[in-house]
Amino acid sequence: MVGIVSYGFYLPIWRITTKEIASVWGKNYLEIENSLLVQEKTVSSSDEDSLTMAYEASSLALKNFSEEKNKIKFVFFGSETPPYAVNPASTILAEFLGLKKDYLANDHQFACKAATGALIEGLGLIKGGVFDYGLVVASDKATAKPHDALEYTAASGAVALIIGKKNVALEILDFFSFSSDTPDFWRREGIRYPSHGGRFTGKPSYFYHIHQASTLLFEKTKLKPKDFNYAVFHMPNGKFPQEVAFGLGFEKKQIEKSLVVLHLGNSYTASALMGLVSVLEVAKKDDLIFFCSYGSGAGADAFVFKVTKSLDRVRLPFTLTAEKKKYIDYPTYLKFMGMI
Amino acid sequence: MKIIAFYQTKFGELWEKSLTSLIKEAIFGVLKEANLEIDQVDAIFFSNMMAGVLENNLHTSSKISEIIGKNIPIFRVEAACASGGIAFHLATKYLSDNSKKTVLIVGAEKMTDYSPEETTLALAAAASGEEQEAGLTFPGLYALMANFYLQKYHYSEENLAYVSFKNHFHGSLNPKAHFQNKLTIEKILKSPYVAYPLKVLDSSPISDGAAALILTNDAYLIKKSKYSVSVLASEVATDTINLFQRQTFDEILATKIASELAFKKAKIERKHIKVAEVHDCFSIAEILAMEDLGFWKKGEGGKNIKELSTQIGGSDLTVNPSGGLKASGHPVGATGVKQIGEIFLQLTKQAGQRQVKNAKYGLAHNVGGSGGTVVVTILGS
Repeated sequence: MVGIVSYGFYLPIWRITTKEIASVWGKNYLEIENSLLVQEKTVSSSDEDSLTMAYEASSLALKNFSEEKNKIKFVFFGSETPPYAVNPASTILAEFLGLKKDYLANDHQFACKAATGALIEGLGLIKGGVFDYGLVVASDKATAKPHDALEYTAASGAVALIIGKKNVALEILDFFSFSSDTPDFWRREGIRYPSHGGRFTGKPSYFYHIHQASTLLFEKTKLKPKDFNYAVFHMPNGKFPQEVAFGLGFEKKQIEKSLVVLHLGNSYTASALMGLVSVLEVAKKDDLIFFCSYGSGAGADAFVFKVTKSLDRVRLPFTLTAEKKKYIDYPTYLKFMGMI
Repeated sequence: MKIIAFYQTKFGELWEKSLTSLIKEAIFGVLKEANLEIDQVDAIFFSNMMAGVLENNLHTSSKISEIIGKNIPIFRVEAACASGGIAFHLATKYLSDNSKKTVLIVGAEKMTDYSPEETTLALAAAASGEEQEAGLTFPGLYALMANFYLQKYHYSEENLAYVSFKNHFHGSLNPKAHFQNKLTIEKILKSPYVAYPLKVLDSSPISDGAAALILTNDAYLIKKSKYSVSVLASEVATDTINLFQRQTFDEILATKIASELAFKKAKIERKHIKVAEVHDCFSIAEILAMEDLGFWKKGEGGKNIKELSTQIGGSDLTVNPSGGLKASGHPVGATGVKQIGEIFLQLTKQAGQRQVKNAKYGLAHNVGGSGGTVVVTILGS
């Protein structure tokens, strides 16, 4: 059995509301809330970045890790907003965590699915017997150009997964990746904010890739949406994951626990995994969880997870943590995000 | 001189199509409709506004030669949103000077590969330098006209909303339309402002698409064709590019001039027109057009539109059965060609669910910019 042995997450305490951002631009916030289904989002502070949040999430994962931490032999860091363009964050993270230096470190880049791609690679290393344990982290301090539609959703957060063969809490039964050259969202070197193709990010991008990865995984596993207790999808906003879920045949009750975007926004690489963390708060032994990330550019990684009895040992309170929050105004938001 | 075939690609966000593939589809689509080979086409008139600004692609006539594999004369025409109407007009002049010839008019535009900001800025190239320097784009220019009209004749935004209401109803009957959804007046009035008093749902969309016509004066081809419609008039008028140079904001003078010339040339009266495609880039534009074309008295358009008499099945002539620019979509270079094509479909009873009954004459009205160029075309079956 291979899968997630322990996990952690980090949510900054700060929130900014859709209403606050809309008021700056003279927009009707109710229209935006209805359109995006996002009421507020997390904001990391001036002294936080993707690396510090990755450290927080990883530290939490290590707390419930029953083995000696130096058994972790690879550290994969997936992010769209690493602190350096050149210079790995994975090595800094490993140093912060106090790991011995005999580990494989890699930074992964593939928009919002950078970490799930890393998870698949890590899975191969574990399954192949190369290493016993590894750490995969998704972390982003997502930026958006002021007045861009992304400004209402781009959020901050991190999720860390320790994967291995023993004491697995969430077994990875199978996965399927679907990729193509679809330039829906990008940021070139030296450009401060990402660009995107508006509605092009929807149908030919998000919906097409998730639908393909998901249906091909259904075919591969001979499972159907009704076989799952929960489903989790990447959450660029509140509408997309619901639309793609219903299109695949899932029902509201299967996805509602994962829809954390409404109050947390889209923490990019951590977005779908944050939905998974929310589901793990309540999932029971033998529950099947369908999961599909999406990365612009574009690709989707679909997984079938199965909950084991070990989840109780590593389960984390998510709702309570997410409710600890303080609101900031727009100028403070700009300051925290380093935009002024 | 007769139109013998029309073809239109789907209008909309066609991400899988390039400008070239749209042109190709329209050219070979209309040839198939006409049951012609490319060898039977003597010249092509191509209308497009934005490829030079957005794609750095000019000299498209040569590209079209490459697509069709022929060395015939091909002319690119640009007159902002009136490019299609002008291309058609020039095609009629070409045939007037050349007997027993067949020409193909194709209009195409690729707009959705660019951000709305880039596209709006590129469209603003059709406004004057002074207007651009003042930060005005076309929503702003038409908003100035709308404000003036509403205040002068004591109408409200609700009067404007009926234009979009009607045109979306028509769009729901057109499988090639960009938008095929019906709207409620409430929804239109609640849509966000683009430039007060014009809202998103008062405004035509940014669309991709292409349309093509075959026009011929070859008697043999006309006789052989399943469908044919006569070109009774194609008249062009121009006016100042600057809105502030005009006498008034509640009329488009070039529309008045072109329509007077067209009706005179066609030797018919306005009451004979049973179907029209008018240039509704914004809701106010259709009201002004109906007045300036002489169908409605000046200042009464706001009242008349609320009666929905120009909706299919209404008591008046039917206006914009294709859905107009608002619902059918507005791929700039294709629009004028599509308008004439819709009248062709109506007069040859090929318009399907949106067929207007007993239409013998039809009119197409194509506007460039805020009224700097206008083409009025009258067709008769």
